[in-house]
Amino acid sequence: MGGLFLELFFFICFLILFGLSLKRKPSFRLKGIASFLSFLGFLLSLWALDKRGFFFHGLYVLDGLSQTFKVFIAFGLFLVCWMIKEEEELEGGYGGEFYAFLTLSSLGLMMVVSALEFLTLFLALELSSYSLYLILPLRRNAKQKALEGAIKYVLFGAISSGITLYGIGYYYLLTGTTKFLFLSLEKDLLGFLVFLLVFASFFFKLSLFPFHFWAPDVYEGASNSASAFIATVPKLGGLALLLRLSGLVGGGELLAKALWAFSVFSMTYGNLSALVQRDLKRLLAYSGIAHAGYFLFGVMTFKDHGRLSSAFYGLVYLIMTLGAFLTVILLSQRDENPTLEDLKGLYQRSPLLAFTLAVSAFSLVGIPPTGGFMGKLLLFISAFKEGYFTMVLIGAINTALSLFYYLNLVRLSYSQKPEIRTPIKLNFREKLLCLIFIGLNLFLGVFPSQIQNFLDISFTTSHIWEAR
Amino acid sequence: MELFLNQLPYDLLSIVIFLPLCGAFLALLTKTDLQAKIIGLITTFLNFAISLLLLYHFDPTRIGFQFVNLKEWFPLLKLRYAVGVDGISLVLVLLTALLSPICVLCSWRAIEERIKSFIFCLLLMETSMIGVFCALDFILFYLFWEGMLIPMYLLIAIWGGPKKDYASLKFFIYTLVGSVFLLVAIIALYLKEGTFFIPHLLFKGYDLQFQLWVFLAFSAAFAIKVPMFPFHTWLPAAHVEAPTAGSVFLASILLKMGAYGFLRFCFGITPQASIKMAPVILILSIIGVIYAGFLCLAQEDMKRLVAYSSVAHMGFVTYGLFTFKLWGFKGAMLQMLNHGLTTGALFLCVGILYERTHSRLILDNSGLGQRMPLFVAFLGLFCFSSFGFPGTNNFVGELFVLLGAFESNKALALFLIPGPVLGAAYMLRLLKRLVWKDGETLPLKDLNLREVIYLAPLVVGIIWIGFAPGGLISLMEPSLKVFLQAVSGG
Repeated sequence: MGGLFLELFFFICFLILFGLSLKRKPSFRLKGIASFLSFLGFLLSLWALDKRGFFFHGLYVLDGLSQTFKVFIAFGLFLVCWMIKEEEELEGGYGGEFYAFLTLSSLGLMMVVSALEFLTLFLALELSSYSLYLILPLRRNAKQKALEGAIKYVLFGAISSGITLYGIGYYYLLTGTTKFLFLSLEKDLLGFLVFLLVFASFFFKLSLFPFHFWAPDVYEGASNSASAFIATVPKLGGLALLLRLSGLVGGGELLAKALWAFSVFSMTYGNLSALVQRDLKRLLAYSGIAHAGYFLFGVMTFKDHGRLSSAFYGLVYLIMTLGAFLTVILLSQRDENPTLEDLKGLYQRSPLLAFTLAVSAFSLVGIPPTGGFMGKLLLFISAFKEGYFTMVLIGAINTALSLFYYLNLVRLSYSQKPEIRTPIKLNFREKLLCLIFIGLNLFLGVFPSQIQNFLDISFTTSHIWEAR
Repeated sequence: MELFLNQLPYDLLSIVIFLPLCGAFLALLTKTDLQAKIIGLITTFLNFAISLLLLYHFDPTRIGFQFVNLKEWFPLLKLRYAVGVDGISLVLVLLTALLSPICVLCSWRAIEERIKSFIFCLLLMETSMIGVFCALDFILFYLFWEGMLIPMYLLIAIWGGPKKDYASLKFFIYTLVGSVFLLVAIIALYLKEGTFFIPHLLFKGYDLQFQLWVFLAFSAAFAIKVPMFPFHTWLPAAHVEAPTAGSVFLASILLKMGAYGFLRFCFGITPQASIKMAPVILILSIIGVIYAGFLCLAQEDMKRLVAYSSVAHMGFVTYGLFTFKLWGFKGAMLQMLNHGLTTGALFLCVGILYERTHSRLILDNSGLGQRMPLFVAFLGLFCFSSFGFPGTNNFVGELFVLLGAFESNKALALFLIPGPVLGAAYMLRLLKRLVWKDGETLPLKDLNLREVIYLAPLVVGIIWIGFAPGGLISLMEPSLKVFLQAVSGG
């Protein structure tokens, strides 16, 4: 049972943080504790990386896929906890709740990636979603918007959960069990429908077309750090489960076609809408919708190499999006939403911050030598190998489209005169974070093999349904 | 092509590639601006010295890539860290290494703010430029090719002139669009052959249909980089707005990458398609030479004039390449080096003037004969070299290209003749208006020692190639013949 220690640890973290939150005016720094605990959690997730096994009568699994994604999730949580500017962002005295439910949401996602049965999966999914529903309104400023975003998130979350439940019902009808089984979908319309319905919740988490409507409003309404979390970590959870379920499907041509359509719409819609945004967070929301489309490239190959590419891109996405959000967080002085105008002359106000944004933006476009390039290269080649030629072409055109708004961020911060001339002073922690994001973005682009070794282990052992 | 693994006890080529990168990070860590500049100078100079060592160990009689180093990089895609040089890339590496210290020196006083970042960008540029010429793995090549976009963009966007916003954006988008086509071609080759390793992709004899598509994708990228006639509009904007060092890098080295790409990849991988498409390229080259020549005649801004003259000179290079004759090849290679030296020198001269008068207009800088006699001596030589005066480097290069041109197609070659004539016209016009002036003139400070030091090696190079190009040619000829065989034999 040693492998489950990770989940246990996160649960204990939640309890500690929740306990601390009961005191209205905490006399010690909550942020420090939360960062420390989440860092321990990250280290623990690395320790748990090679743990394997089935638990609870085969309903819960520790395998390569789950353990790898747990590392990603723990890492994301740690970075978010470390990035946050608590005093400015949160309603006074709610820090404890914020960290506690952030941790609980991550725990839920960790259980999502390990679930091997639909009810377990559903409970884990709701655990992570409900925690997020609580976090969203905890914003100091812009109360109205925060509430609006939170309501939208709850509404869309509930609807997609309902659709997923409906799909699970059909699954039970089809197989007589709620365990994950290998299904051959050839000429099986019902099977196709089941998966399409079940996927709804994950599409929602990924903010994939047509479940993307919440994203811009939620990002805009939530505090900067909360949107940084929502933009990254839950998406990884959703992606992991899509990868797992895609392994359950044999001959899913119809399903692949549906995914193809979702992916294309998501990319195109996301990129086109991002072109006209003035609010930086809304822009990142649409960029996230577009990237959800790229994730599907690997999923719909239904092959190991495709899944590996998608997982790699998931990690890259985590790093580059959090890097962009770091700029958002540090740019806004009182947790207002930064607009593109605020970026003007960022280079003169803080060269390091401007460079972080530039590297993240270049990575989001996919320009070498950043991780985004390697990720896209892997995805495009995987899709190409499986014969999705038009798909790759549309992906390439979309990359070109996205260039305009990402490059605009860099252009504004480097070659325009600032309207506000006050320099942005970064403290040691913030400088370190900037360097970490720059370093990781470049590392993933130049030394991808390190990560591949890491992922290889996970994907060669991921055929659990055959082992069982 | 054959591969000769590196026999030296140390990996000389990788040192030449990555030494500037180390210097770049060192420069970021320095305390004062002066230290950063000194580190930049030492690194680039040391790198030049090491690249001469490369020349010393290079064996021109062996046909193939030398100093080859192969290492696993990303096994999933069968990517390898693979570098090596043949005669063609060696001379371009040397040119890059020579110009880098000059670029640091010319920015010594011209750049006043954020010098550490400036040196960082310059050194980053050097690494990626040398990397492009040495990479033997397509993705590695692409990494360097694109990696240079970011520091170059920053050089223009931060330290550029008044219209830097527009110029840097245009440069970036143009080049990136071209590169996307390049990437598509690279992936197509990978799917066909299952490798990114360049020597395994060369001279394969793919079917014509495939060759044509790959050629089109390649030439989109390279034609923008060269730049050839309809794709040249990014160049004047970028050159004019970039700081002097940026203009020198752009003109002297970045433009060469396009021509290098045509030679190495279009001829090596898609020879039949190259032959088929040659008339188009030849005609575009001629249009470029003549059109840019006329544009030069009308320029009032010195930097714009030099920029447009680049288009004309590069037209000669592409024409020489697509004659598919040995004379043409040699001439094109020489022209690449010549253009690197001469145009680089002219940009440096414009930079020197701009530092003194803060204007790039010819009118504001006239009467220099009295005001800066030493400067005019240098400028005169560079201008004469630029239009191919006998005894200077461009004469040899243009002569070879014309020989090749007449050997392959006499009628078409006639259209190339106005090129050098126009060159003489606009360069002499520039010189006349800069040197002479009626009436009073205010005195200007003549060249100082630093400026003489960085202009002198270019003068030596110009005259040396003008009188004794034999050594350089014997260095390149064996490698050129391999590619010539591919396009004329197959």
